[in-house]
Amino acid sequence: MNKFEKFSFDGDRTAYPNKKADGSLDIDLSSHKYIKVWQGPNHPGITGNMAVELTVCGDEVVEAKTHVGYLHRGFEKLMERRRYIQNCPLVCRVSVPEPDYNEFNYSTCVENLAGISVPDKALWLRTLALEMARLQGYLMWIGGAAGTLGFGTVGQWSNYLRDLVLDRFEELTGGRIYHIYILIGGVRNDIPVGFKQRMLDNLREIEGFMKDIRKVLFDNYVFKKRTIGLGIIEPEWIYPYGIVGPNARAAGSLNDVRKDYPYGKYSELDFEVKTSKQSDIYARAYLRYEELLTDIDLIKQILDKMPDGGEFMANIPNVFNLEIPAGETYVRSECTRGEYGYYMVSDGSGFPRRVNVRGPSYTHAVALLERMLINANIADVAQIMVSLHTYPPEIER
Amino acid sequence: MGIIKDIVSPFAVWKHFFKEPVTIKDPLNRIAAPRYRGFHQNDISQCIGCGTCEAICENEAIDLVAVAQTKNGDSGLRPRVDYGRCCWCALCVDVCTTGSLKLSNAYTWVDTDGDNFRFTPGIDLKPWDSLKDGYTKAKGLELYPLERMPMQHLHAHQRDNSFIEIMKGYSKEEAMAEADRCVSCGICVAACPAHMGIPEYIKAIREDNLEKGLQIMYQTNPLVEICGRICTHKCETVCSVGHRGEPLSIRWLKRYIADQVPATDYYRVLNQDKVEKNSRKVAIVGAGPAGLSAAYYLSKLGYQITIFEKLAQAGGMMRYGIPEYRLPYDQLDKDINYILSLGVEINYNTTIGTNVTMDELHANFDIVYVATGLHEGRSTRIPGTEHANVYQAIELLRKITENKPIEVAEKIVVIGGGNVAMDITRSLARLQKQKYGKVQTIATSLETEDIMPADREEVIEAREEGAIINPGWGPREIKILNNKIQGLKVVQCISVFDENKRFNPKFDESVENFFEADMIVESIGQGMNLSFLTEKYAEQLEKDSRGRILVDTLTYQSSLPWLFFGGDIIEGPDVIHSVANGHKAAKGIDNYLNSIQK
Repeated sequence: MNKFEKFSFDGDRTAYPNKKADGSLDIDLSSHKYIKVWQGPNHPGITGNMAVELTVCGDEVVEAKTHVGYLHRGFEKLMERRRYIQNCPLVCRVSVPEPDYNEFNYSTCVENLAGISVPDKALWLRTLALEMARLQGYLMWIGGAAGTLGFGTVGQWSNYLRDLVLDRFEELTGGRIYHIYILIGGVRNDIPVGFKQRMLDNLREIEGFMKDIRKVLFDNYVFKKRTIGLGIIEPEWIYPYGIVGPNARAAGSLNDVRKDYPYGKYSELDFEVKTSKQSDIYARAYLRYEELLTDIDLIKQILDKMPDGGEFMANIPNVFNLEIPAGETYVRSECTRGEYGYYMVSDGSGFPRRVNVRGPSYTHAVALLERMLINANIADVAQIMVSLHTYPPEIER
Repeated sequence: MGIIKDIVSPFAVWKHFFKEPVTIKDPLNRIAAPRYRGFHQNDISQCIGCGTCEAICENEAIDLVAVAQTKNGDSGLRPRVDYGRCCWCALCVDVCTTGSLKLSNAYTWVDTDGDNFRFTPGIDLKPWDSLKDGYTKAKGLELYPLERMPMQHLHAHQRDNSFIEIMKGYSKEEAMAEADRCVSCGICVAACPAHMGIPEYIKAIREDNLEKGLQIMYQTNPLVEICGRICTHKCETVCSVGHRGEPLSIRWLKRYIADQVPATDYYRVLNQDKVEKNSRKVAIVGAGPAGLSAAYYLSKLGYQITIFEKLAQAGGMMRYGIPEYRLPYDQLDKDINYILSLGVEINYNTTIGTNVTMDELHANFDIVYVATGLHEGRSTRIPGTEHANVYQAIELLRKITENKPIEVAEKIVVIGGGNVAMDITRSLARLQKQKYGKVQTIATSLETEDIMPADREEVIEAREEGAIINPGWGPREIKILNNKIQGLKVVQCISVFDENKRFNPKFDESVENFFEADMIVESIGQGMNLSFLTEKYAEQLEKDSRGRILVDTLTYQSSLPWLFFGGDIIEGPDVIHSVANGHKAAKGIDNYLNSIQK
């Protein structure tokens, strides 16, 4: 019996008030003891729409059900009808706040299957874009997490800081949100003149604000009181629930795709995987704060080590006629939420046979959230939800 | 203590109270980054309406709409963008074959009429048309290969003393790689006189289905081995990939298909057994490309064809004009023999007027199709051309094919800058190499090198083989001393065409040059000889002001309903025009006979 089989979802629900003889929950809504509360689909701090159906007893949640479907656009199916290159502008929309991981994973899948090797310069530029995406993703999250608890000022600061990163994205890629920068075979353009200095100026400003955010948020008595000891993810849940990223690292896990399965240029960068033991909302928030600072350091390293000039695009076959031999591949990268995976099957035609997007939000926001909300105070639901850092668009590919 | 610190700590950021707010007051006037993907601009003068933007657009936001006159290499269509669908990914910019399309870095566009958001960039003028910045395809980003797959060929020292074919043809891998470069825009189809299904047969190569490729080619051209080698490739001239890179080797891809399908399979592949024969009879005068093309398509329609050929073998100028190193006779025979194998009767060494008369043809056949070509060399008529050692290129080329002895002098000057001039220059250079071990042939033309009508590669290869190409001179006089040619006196030619693009050369008489030679070859064009028509018929034919026979441009029927004309005597001169008008004449003949014999 391995650790996955040992885990039983049902058996873990000991905290429920009552059970019937057949094992189902004894929640009798006509008893007037319980109320159904529909929280969502819009939440502060959550990018996209997703509702949580709560059954509360007093102010205690006894059952939670995540409802998705507000954003379904059928991307995985759409990809099967488009040529490989035509999917590059499509995949970025799978996860709106961090499109670059989609672009990277998708392009790498195609490159793996088609046997295209990417030039060194393109790998550096890809790593830069991925780290910038992580930076702006965390900045957006910090604002959302603070906003959920009423710290609106932090949200305003972090949105300003995120805009600075988006300015650099606009300069590098031509787009603020949908960058469509990473294409099959490399990236679309070299780094602009003067980019490095402007980026470093922005990073310095972000670092300055980060000190203030630490004072306002992490050294704040109110914030600590509302988050410490709340929303704990038990370390033994990590594998059964498939928890990844900061959510898992705050529970003591060392999983980080950048270290475990280095891609891009991460093997040439010097950084440490941050972990924590407390595994509560505060621990996860602080871990993200620390990772944000690591990011700033990583971007500086990338800008220093980036070679001048060089090819940023491989010599690829004609994209109009690109046909890929039958095969399958799985590509992963570490996004702000954890391991982000693309599974692609090709059948020898000019169109992908199947693309499956494994976004970490799916397990976090559906299975894990439903478990974590049980016995939580209804006032803490929003915080717990935000602390998992979920993007509903990537749940519904 | 910790609690007190945590309560006090947030107040440490009071300093922000005194800072400038970060909100941008006027976002509408914010200047976007130079690379920002804003709204479309299209340089209409560069755009050729190839439609790659439409093909790549994953949102189907781009439609091609007719805005301009269709002309050679330009479909006359221009992309119209629907901003209700566009996602500004700019893949259309990345694949644009001419580089005419770009996205300006305009940030905002306010309009009260929703229909305005579907517009044709460059045609519908917009405020951002003048913006310089914006997204353009980066140098170094290519979504299709721009470089042509080179073909294996004989090096100059391997070929300069023999008539072995120079180009070796593509291997499967090479052909696949070259076929992969095609963007399937179809600009080539419009440019090809025969309107061959070029993107389709290139696709057949990619699919490795060469029999299908052969079927596609034979729908419009029954001389594929020949055209795959010596076609004037109007298609490659307009190829959209050629605007920023090297055009596709369409001609060599055609040759690849034809080379790979064995002659024995043609009958099966081309479904020849499904043809129903009828009793209509057509006489074809001249077994050149036009005659053979007409014969093929008429026999496909079930006609009984009889060809009358003056020379000993079929092929016309393809055999007697084009040297063997460009078009080997066995490949020529592959195409011709297939056509003749379809029940086409051919009479060699038969001259109309001598062996058979036009009256007999008219009496015995429903239709007479005349495609006798241009076999009479033209003379410069400068002093000295009457000398016995002044030859016509076309006569020498015919004798080389017929294996008859010709005079090869030690020093030769060829007058002419067209492909025929290059053919005779290179043929004589080979014969000189065989006879004297060295090459002393000079080709000179009125046109300077940049406007020489000969193909560029012909000039390059001729030089590789040791011939001297010295263009830009007007011949003045052939110096003769003691009845022996000394050489050619030339003066500098300043311009060949006048403002109206008419042939009207101008010379600078003060700049003279002298090319030493024992033998002069004239290659300044060919004329036709239609004396076999006899006055009886020639007088009945309608002609234009310059004395050329008038034919219907679609059916090639002359003013005598039973008499059709085609080949070089109507248009061209080249093989592909002849193939095309032979095909059209076949359809014209069929339509005409159907209309009168209902």
